[in-house]
Amino acid sequence: MDFPRRSFLLTGLCGLALAGLTQCKKSGGGDANTIVVGEVAALSGGTATFGQSSHAGTQMAVDEINASGGLLGKKVTLITEDDQSKQGEAGTVAKKLISREKIVALLGEVASGRSLEMAPICQKEGVPMISPASTNPKVTEVGDHIFRVCFIDPFQGTVMAKFALARGWKKVAVMTDVKQDYSVGLSQYFKEYFTKNGGTIVGDQSYSSGDKDFKAQLTKLKEGAPDAILASGYYNETGLIAVQCRELGISAPLLGGDGWDSPSLVEVAGKAIEGSFFSNHFSAEDKAPIIQNFITKYKEKNDGKTPDAMAALGYDSMMILGAAIKKAGTTEGKALRDAIATTKDHAGITGVISLDEKRNANKPAVILTIKDGNFVYVETVAP
Amino acid sequence: MEQFIQQLLNGLFLGAIYALIALGYTMVYGVLRFINFAHGDVFMLGAFAGYYLHKALMPLMGALPAPISAAVILLLAMAICAALGILIEFLAYRPLRSRPRLNVLITAIGVSLFLEYTGQLIFGATQRPFPEVIPKKNIEGLGGLYVSNTQVIVLVTTVALLVALRFIVMKTKMGLAMRALSLNPTAATLMGVNNSVVISFTFGLGSALAAAGGILYASLYPSIEPFMGILPGLKAFVAAVLGGIGNIPGAALGGLIIGITETLVAGYSQDIGIPSGYKDGVAFVILILILLFKPSGLLGKVEREKV
Repeated sequence: MDFPRRSFLLTGLCGLALAGLTQCKKSGGGDANTIVVGEVAALSGGTATFGQSSHAGTQMAVDEINASGGLLGKKVTLITEDDQSKQGEAGTVAKKLISREKIVALLGEVASGRSLEMAPICQKEGVPMISPASTNPKVTEVGDHIFRVCFIDPFQGTVMAKFALARGWKKVAVMTDVKQDYSVGLSQYFKEYFTKNGGTIVGDQSYSSGDKDFKAQLTKLKEGAPDAILASGYYNETGLIAVQCRELGISAPLLGGDGWDSPSLVEVAGKAIEGSFFSNHFSAEDKAPIIQNFITKYKEKNDGKTPDAMAALGYDSMMILGAAIKKAGTTEGKALRDAIATTKDHAGITGVISLDEKRNANKPAVILTIKDGNFVYVETVAP
Repeated sequence: MEQFIQQLLNGLFLGAIYALIALGYTMVYGVLRFINFAHGDVFMLGAFAGYYLHKALMPLMGALPAPISAAVILLLAMAICAALGILIEFLAYRPLRSRPRLNVLITAIGVSLFLEYTGQLIFGATQRPFPEVIPKKNIEGLGGLYVSNTQVIVLVTTVALLVALRFIVMKTKMGLAMRALSLNPTAATLMGVNNSVVISFTFGLGSALAAAGGILYASLYPSIEPFMGILPGLKAFVAAVLGGIGNIPGAALGGLIIGITETLVAGYSQDIGIPSGYKDGVAFVILILILLFKPSGLLGKVEREKV
């Protein structure tokens, strides 16, 4: 590995040279025998289970690729950086991975807000980025080097709105985490579809990630006597929101998106979250052989833990990158980008993935409910 | 109307926690004339002590009724944090006792950061669920108002600790020594007060209160992490200043005012088009207003600086 000072100098020189000489940039990472892939994940902090799961899935894909002979005759090395679930940290570690580790592509983040921080950096440096689970539309709009292997919030919000209407719930109240682009987007698309199709929003309140007391907002929401409450934020706050809803005598079920998918949700909320619904990328109950095979292998590697959607998406993002590197025959940024962009009918764990011209995956969503502390499959909704 | 009363109740219980933390700030200030900014982090350590004590002791105390095991955990956590508070004072503040007060204040900020990041190292940065020591239940028959048993326990414990504290400060010899020290440390020494012992005791007592606050807070909002003490700590500090720093009833009053204001802002600000995120800002606006118009606080006495 380079000495820090030397690589710092090198980056500086690259920067200077970039003005006229684009040749200075290295075409691929690592030494002659490895392909270095970077990953930014929230291994600790507020949304740690997302990062830990997606990392476990990604690592599993890397191991499988290496076990079957690697890519282009080289082994793949995954370098993972923890952004501690912090806004601001994701961009910093992404820069570090690109300038210091010379990664060929970047995988991550799960949270949309943090992906939005990394995307402009990758776009500018010409490093392809694949987000496993950022569903906010703005993420891939940053530029042509940014991809995702999941569906987007307009779809997810619409799915939940359709679901609520199909259940006969006409009055829904909304709790939005204003600090998270993901939550803001999800609420927005939910409200658009829901009100256009005969539903009424009977309360619209907001909070910020990290808050613990939601009683003031929930007391206000209770006034509208909602049939259901959309809690579009991440699992940590959602757990506390569920508990406080019940403490205030609100018995309406909660609705949410894939940001709920964490065992921590049930640990914090306990009985309070029973009977609530959320949309997700995959269900571990799916009997398809490709999924069951993935679950068995994942359990072997992770002390019997059942993979969640983030693990499956992490796995898919690495597999798509691997396939693209093979197809491109090189790890050079532009060629690799083009290869990822033409991904078609990739049989992933979270569905058949084809990337559209906006670099998004169009895939069905599943709706899960919480029953006896488990996530139970309800239905699949096609795009 | 019912909704408004519910909001007041929500604010009252939140304010009770702030009051409990504010007591620790105010007491240390009353005796030593400095703000112990690490207080919010002792609060966090209290919550984690409760978490680990529950893990370790529950297999042994499983047969006991829930209130008894909860009290055991609470008292043990308070004892642990009291010891920690004394240790912090001994290692970080005592060597600086004869230095300018600003040095101690800056050290306190250092201690605060030290505790937060050491906490992250030891406990991990991931949030974890706090166990339900006493099973949560809503209290019935309040005519549409909702109050849980945990909230009532919080309020009762706060009042009990407030009374106990008032008793210690006003009726015991140690309390007399604390008051003497706060008036004039040199004169107190001349009258036979052992300053070091009194200061250690003050820190121990303040930290025990913080620990109680931490556990009660975690019971209300069952998700704990190493940075959980920052915001409640700051709010409690504002509460202490609002009530008149150094004044024990003032801290309690300040805590309640901050808790209720925050809840009302969060509950009603969206009616006039302001996001509820401003609720945190309001506490600090109150701080600025108080410092501008009544720097001694609501119940504080104006003191003339001695020359």
